[in-house]
Amino acid sequence: MAKTIIEKIWDEHIVYEEKGKPDLLYIDLHLIHEVTSPQAFEGLRLANRKVRRPDLCFATMDHNVPTKNLPVINDPIAKKQITTLAKNCEEFGVQLADMQHPDQGIVHIIGPELGLTQPGKTIVCGDSHTSTHGAFGAIAFGIGTSEVEHVLSTQTLWQGKPKTMEIRVTGKIGFGVTAKDIILAIISKFGIGVGTGHIVEYTGEAIRGLTMEERMTICNMSIEAGAKAGLIGPDETTINYLRGRRYAPQGEEFEAAAERWLALNTDEGATYDQVLEIHADEIEPFVTWGTNPSMGSGISSTIPTTADYVSETDKSALRSAMEYMGLEEGMALTDIEIQHAFIGSCTNARLSDLEAAANIVKGKHVHPTVTAIVVPGSRTVKKQAEDIGLDKIFTDAGFDWRESGCSMCLAMNDDVVPAGERCASTSNRNFEGRQGAGSRTHLVSPSMAAAAALHGHFVDVRKIEATVQI
Amino acid sequence: MEPINKIESVLTPLDKNNVDTDQIISKEFLKRIERTGFGKYLFYHWRFNADGTKNEDFVMNDPRFDGSTILVAHENFGCGSSREHAPWAILDYGFRVVIAPSFADIFYNNCFKNGILPITLSVAEIDEFLRKGKEAPYTLTVSLEDQTVAGEDGSVYDFDIDPYYKKMLLNGWDEISLTFQYEDKISEYEQKHA
Ligand code: SF4
Repeated sequence: MAKTIIEKIWDEHIVYEEKGKPDLLYIDLHLIHEVTSPQAFEGLRLANRKVRRPDLCFATMDHNVPTKNLPVINDPIAKKQITTLAKNCEEFGVQLADMQHPDQGIVHIIGPELGLTQPGKTIVCGDSHTSTHGAFGAIAFGIGTSEVEHVLSTQTLWQGKPKTMEIRVTGKIGFGVTAKDIILAIISKFGIGVGTGHIVEYTGEAIRGLTMEERMTICNMSIEAGAKAGLIGPDETTINYLRGRRYAPQGEEFEAAAERWLALNTDEGATYDQVLEIHADEIEPFVTWGTNPSMGSGISSTIPTTADYVSETDKSALRSAMEYMGLEEGMALTDIEIQHAFIGSCTNARLSDLEAAANIVKGKHVHPTVTAIVVPGSRTVKKQAEDIGLDKIFTDAGFDWRESGCSMCLAMNDDVVPAGERCASTSNRNFEGRQGAGSRTHLVSPSMAAAAALHGHFVDVRKIEATVQI
Repeated sequence: MEPINKIESVLTPLDKNNVDTDQIISKEFLKRIERTGFGKYLFYHWRFNADGTKNEDFVMNDPRFDGSTILVAHENFGCGSSREHAPWAILDYGFRVVIAPSFADIFYNNCFKNGILPITLSVAEIDEFLRKGKEAPYTLTVSLEDQTVAGEDGSVYDFDIDPYYKKMLLNGWDEISLTFQYEDKISEYEQKHA
């Protein structure tokens, strides 16, 4: 029977199945960070259990780490979570890239970078943006603390089989439009609940044309569409990215693996429970103006008005978003002024993201009313960027150049947007208070964030790019 | 996880509905790194006044209910955020059984993962327990095996429970112990895929 890649990977990982029960699924890679793991390790300790496969775990510190004055951590609670992770990893024999390790970085950035993330794997982490790893053609999803403990001790999880969904992006994206704009457009068009109960496969010409880093941006935000996971079938782009990575198979073994990986792709004639389609040429550079990721529009448009909506729920959602965001219905997106720009997070802090932003800011200066920071997604990205002089471009333009971590994406460290202020952010969530109590987040691509930082308000990056030598 | 079968205790009457997980365990206590030790923060803003003194009016501060292991409340218990810290706090405080006319889904499932028995009875039955429990300390005897709750005056009520979860609680299996029963299957899988 013809199968989708989702079903192929799922079926391959079933350890045990019985009617009326969820499947017992084997987990190939368990990524760990400091915030959602302490209670899971404590659970092991209390029950006198060990980690079944420490070799399939990899831990790092990202959520709490400071992005300046390393290694000093001012917040005692953050410090405790960090030292606890180090202790737990040592006690249970789990490999750790700690705060000052050269491999440290946001967990969803370093997995792919190190070649740990591979096609066909099942990957979990106590973190909802684990969906990022799906870019390689893996089933990757976030789990809760009890489940972290369950995976640590059994390397398996009980999971009901999710439904399958295809989101097809036809045609080619236009000049100045990025992967971030594609995923924001998808969420805006279909809604934050569209993927509930499903694993999504992204297909279509526009997706095939993306680099691995861009594919990760798309899969990263699958969870913002409510999906359990999102993935993209492996192809030559995937194989070329993985060849030579430290934890990927090497030599002949790699070529054999590559063949297996390519065979994972969805069979001709396989069907999905649901199929959605969007045309790439209808996608513009995007800006969110509301308090969830579906509340966004193309840069040349205006914020909707209550008259645009039929249902009372939608109208009142718009009203309360406007109130929180301090904006007016019907306002042009280019009239929104910002005080902060954040280029970072597991959505958009890889080398190509920083390059895109650097291309915009080169030789220019941040607007006097804007505070702008760049937080590379990993220490490796930071080093690569410094090797080609990106740090200098940013600092010359008035950006702060920081150490890697989650930083202002969730403001658990000192990088906080003050109440009432507005941030052009390359992260993935614009919920109330996400970047600090009372903060106002606008999700955008790295080039759009960089352009807004220079102008003090949102601008159509397609118009600036035309004047810049890249 | 401690097995549960017969639990006999004075009930604690929490005469409230829509008790959400924010009230059960407030957000400022989520940064602990242990799963235990949340008991002292259970219902913190109800148990303590803003100046940190005990709120003598709150039922859990009434010494007659000290050591009670059965909590009784109104509808929609455990609604709100999915935080697993809520059942952790309830268990750590000493409760093993929560009885209400209805529970929020996630909280209900989290109870089984943590060795707490959530029992659903009718609104009328709960109202009666709460009335009696507030008048004077009132002892309930819960039998999971028989799926009954008996009042000290001889009234007996049946309750429903999923057989899979019942078995888990009766045996004190957490999901992990349960999975350990499939260890040979896991090893077999690992050998095949090595
Ligand atoms: S960068 Fe943001 S979304 Fe990504 S893992 Fe860190 S906190 Fe989560």
